[in-house]
Amino acid sequence: MTTPVPPPAEGVSLTHLQRLEAESIHILREVVANADNPVMLYSVGKDSAVMLHLAKKAFYPAPPPFPLLHVDTTWKFRAMYDMREKAAREAGMELIVHQNPEALARGINPFDHGGLHTDMWKTEGLKQALTKYNFDVAFGGARRDEEKSRAKERVFSFRTANHRWDPKNQRPELWKLYNTRKAKGESIRVFPISNWTELDIWQYIHLEGIDIVPLYFSAPRPTVTRGDLLLMVDDDRFRLEPGEVPVMRSVRFRTLGCYPLSGAVESTATTLPQVIQEMLLTTTSERQGRAIDHDQAASMEKKKQEGYF
Amino acid sequence: MTVATDPAYVTDALIAEDIDAYLTAHQHKTMLRFITCGSVDDGKSTLIGRLLYDTKMIFEDQLASLERDSKSVGTQGGEIDFALLVDGLAAEREQGITIDVAYRFFATEKRKFIVADTPGHEQYTRNMVTGASTADLAVVLIDARQGVLTQTRRHSYLVNLLGIRNIVLAINKMDLVGYSQARFDEIVEDYARFAKQIGMAAFTPIPISGLKGDNIATKSPDMPWYQGPALLRHLEEAPINTTRLQDHAFRMPVQWVNRPNLDFRGFAGQIGTGEVRPGDAIRVLPSGKTTRVKSIVSFDGDLPLAVAGQSVTLTFADEVDCSRGDVIVAADNPCEVADQFEATLVWMDEHEMLPGRPYLLKIGTQTVTATVTEPKYEVNVNTLEHLASKTLGLNAIGVVNIATDRAIPFEAYASNPDLGGFILIDRMTNATVAAGMIHFALRRSQNIHWQAVDISREAHAAQKAQKPAVVWFTGLSGSGKSTIANIVEKKLHALGRHTFLLDGDNVRHGLNRDLGFTDADRVENIRRVGEVARLMTDAGLIVLTAFISPFRSERRMVRELMAEGEFIEVWVNTPLEVAEGRDVKGLYRKARAGQLKNFTGIDSPYEPPEAAEIVVDTVTLSAEEAAERVVNAILSR
Repeated sequence: MTTPVPPPAEGVSLTHLQRLEAESIHILREVVANADNPVMLYSVGKDSAVMLHLAKKAFYPAPPPFPLLHVDTTWKFRAMYDMREKAAREAGMELIVHQNPEALARGINPFDHGGLHTDMWKTEGLKQALTKYNFDVAFGGARRDEEKSRAKERVFSFRTANHRWDPKNQRPELWKLYNTRKAKGESIRVFPISNWTELDIWQYIHLEGIDIVPLYFSAPRPTVTRGDLLLMVDDDRFRLEPGEVPVMRSVRFRTLGCYPLSGAVESTATTLPQVIQEMLLTTTSERQGRAIDHDQAASMEKKKQEGYF
Repeated sequence: MTVATDPAYVTDALIAEDIDAYLTAHQHKTMLRFITCGSVDDGKSTLIGRLLYDTKMIFEDQLASLERDSKSVGTQGGEIDFALLVDGLAAEREQGITIDVAYRFFATEKRKFIVADTPGHEQYTRNMVTGASTADLAVVLIDARQGVLTQTRRHSYLVNLLGIRNIVLAINKMDLVGYSQARFDEIVEDYARFAKQIGMAAFTPIPISGLKGDNIATKSPDMPWYQGPALLRHLEEAPINTTRLQDHAFRMPVQWVNRPNLDFRGFAGQIGTGEVRPGDAIRVLPSGKTTRVKSIVSFDGDLPLAVAGQSVTLTFADEVDCSRGDVIVAADNPCEVADQFEATLVWMDEHEMLPGRPYLLKIGTQTVTATVTEPKYEVNVNTLEHLASKTLGLNAIGVVNIATDRAIPFEAYASNPDLGGFILIDRMTNATVAAGMIHFALRRSQNIHWQAVDISREAHAAQKAQKPAVVWFTGLSGSGKSTIANIVEKKLHALGRHTFLLDGDNVRHGLNRDLGFTDADRVENIRRVGEVARLMTDAGLIVLTAFISPFRSERRMVRELMAEGEFIEVWVNTPLEVAEGRDVKGLYRKARAGQLKNFTGIDSPYEPPEAAEIVVDTVTLSAEEAAERVVNAILSR
C-alpha cells in the first residue's frame, strides 16, 4: 500500500500560465508519441508564435520532430513572410510552404473573389497540402475563447478521409487521456492552446520574450478605409479608388491574415505592455477585425465543417 | 428593485495607470477549473453569463447584440437576459449536433477560471462526466423555489464519483423566495442529509441570484443574514487539485523518450503527483528497476525542483530501460502493479458494453488490452439503487471487474486520478466507449509483485543464438496444423534451433483441462496458451502452436502479447469440405450428427486471418512442402 509523503517544505502553486504551458506540452508530446507523420500549421500570427515556442519547450533539447506548414495565399503582409523564414530557421525546423496551384493559376484574390479567396487559398490549400504530404495529424493554433462555435471544440478533432469535420462523431475527452486512434486515411487536427485566452497569449509572449511580427505594434503605416475597416496598403497590388491616396496613420493589428482582409486599429502602443493595456481597455472582441466572420451567421461553423480551421 | 448591471469586479484603474504593475500581479495568478451543474431551469446559463459579465469578459459589440437579442428573444421582459450569452444548446439541438461540453473563460485579479458548461438532463450524463473529469470544483445549482430535486441528486452523485472535493451548493433565485433565510436553511439541511448518504465530505452553500447579481461578485445587501463570501470570492480562494496532488508520492507516466543523439536520453512526461529533485531515488514500473534522477532538463535550463502538474524531461544516472507507458515513481514509495481490478464504469457509447470482448484501455500514457466482466451491479443515478444488469448501455454507470493483458502500475482513483482514471476504446470503431475509475486491485494480483530479473530475455535468446518467436498455426480441425507444425519442429531441431511445440489437444489434457468449448472457454484457452508461449519466448525459444483458434480478436490478443515481429501467424488454409472429407479424428461426423456442440465450421464460426504472415494451401502443397516454406520464413527473419 502507498502512504502519502509529507508535503514539500515550500508550497509550490503553479500559476495559470504554468498550468496552461504544461497542458499544451503534454498535448504536443502525446501527438508525437502516437502520430505517424505530424505537422504544425504555422500562420505566423501570435498564436502560432506561442504554439511554436511551446513545441520548442516540449522537445528540448531536440528540435520539434515535425515540419512547419504555411498554407500561403500570396496575400499576407510582407512582414509576415520575413517572420516565417526567421522563425523556422531559429527553431531548426523544416518549413513547407503550400500555395494552391489552381488559385495561383486563376489569380484568386481578395478584391475580386470574396469568399472564394478564403475557400480556395486556405480551405482547399490546406486540404491539398495535408493530402500531398500525407500528414496524419496537424497542429493548429485555434483557441476556444475566439468564437462561440469553438467553445465546444475538442482538443483532438477528427477529420474524415476528405478532411471534413463531423460534429456528430467527436470523442469525449476525459482527464488528459486523449484517444488518438484513427482509421486509415482519417486525420486529426490538434489544438494545443485550446484553453488559452487572448490575454493569456499576450502575457505569455511578454513573460517568455517571444518574437512576434512587428505589425502587432503601432507604427505609421499607409492606410485606407473600406466601410468599417481600416486597411493597410502593404504593396502595389492594393486596388485604390480613383484619386484615392493612402493616409499615414499610426496603426497596429490585433489579428493578422491576408493584408487586404485584416482590419487595423489606430493605436499608440509600441511596446508589449502597451499592447496588452490597449487590449484590456478595449471594448470590442478580437475577431471584429477579421472580415471573414462577417460573411454570414455561424460562418466559422460552416468553414470548420468544410475543412478550414 | 433595479437590475445590477454594472460590472463590479475589474480594476480598470491599475490597467490604465500602471500596466507593468498589473502584468506583474497577473503573472502570478492561479487557475481554477470548475463545472456548473444544473438544468436550464435552475438558471445555469444565467449564472455563467452573469460571471462573464461581472468579470468584464463581455465586449461592447457583444453587449450590443446581447441587448438587442434580450429585447427580441429574451425571457426577462426586455431586461438583459444573460443566458443568451451562453445558450447555444437549443440551436445545437435543432441542428442535430452533439450536445456537448462548452468551455468558457474568465478571470479576476487573483485567478483565471475555466468553466465546463454541460447540459443537465440524464441523457447527457456522459457530457457531465467529461466536464467533471478535469474540474477542481463543482457548482451545483438549485432553484430556491424547487429545493433538492432528483436532478440535483444525480449531479451531486456524479461530481462526487469523479472525485471533486470542492462542492458549492449555489441556491439560486433567492430573489424569488424573498431572500428568505429560512428557505435557504431548509434546503441546506435537506442537501446535507443527501451529501452524507453519498459520502460527500463537505460542501459550501451560497445563496445567490444569478439574474440580479446577488452574492455573485459582491455581497448582497438583501441577505445580511448570510455571513459567507460571495461566489466569486469563494472561487478565488478554493483549493486547486494539483496543489493537493503535490502532497502525494512522486509519480510520472512516461510520455515520450527524447533521444536527439547518442549522448542524451530524456524521459518526458507530466508529473501526476508529488515532486522530484535531482538525486532522488526512483523506480521504473512495471520493471521495478531503480536508479537516480540525474537532472530535470528544460528549455530554460536545468531545474532544481519540479512538482505535480508540470511537464518535464528527466535524465537518469544509470542506463535503465524505460519507455512510453512506464511510470517513474519514488523508489521507496512505489505504487502497485496489477492486472485485475474492480472499477466503476460510465458507459459513453451507443453500442452497449460486451462482457468478455477485448477493449483497449488507456491509463496514464499506457494502452493495453482489457476485458470487462458482467457488471456486479448498475447504479440507478436517480435513486442510487443498485440494480442487477448483464451489460451497460449509453450513460449507464456500473461496477465491474477488469482484466488487462499485462500488469500495469496504478493507484486508486480516489487518491490519484492520474493513475486511477482510464478510458476504454473500441478496437474496431476507435470510439471512446467508457470512462473508468479504479477502486482497487483484486486480491489475486495484488500481492504478486513484478520481480526484476537480471538475466533478460535478450540474454536468453543470445545464449541460444536465435531470435525467439511464436509460430501460430490456425485453421479448421483436420486442416493439417499439427502435422505441419510437427514437421517444422523436426526440421528446426535438426538445424540446432531450440523449439517447443504446444499442441491444442495436449494442452487440453493438462493446463486447460478445466475448459470446455463454449466461446468464453475458447477465449480463455487461447489466452492461457498465449501467456505460456510468451513465457517461452522470454526463455529464448521458438514456440510452435497448433490450435484452431477460430476468433480473430483472440489471435490478435496473442499477437499483441508478443514483442514486435515475434508473432508469425500461419493460416493452414484448407476448405471445409476437404477437412471434413479427411475427418482424421471422426469429429466432423459426430458434429454433423449433433453429438458435438460448438464445432468450428459446423455450428461455430471460423474467422480467417486478414493478414497472416504465411498462408499455406494444403490442397496444392504437401505437408512436407508447406513445412519447408514455414521453416524458410522463420529462418529468414
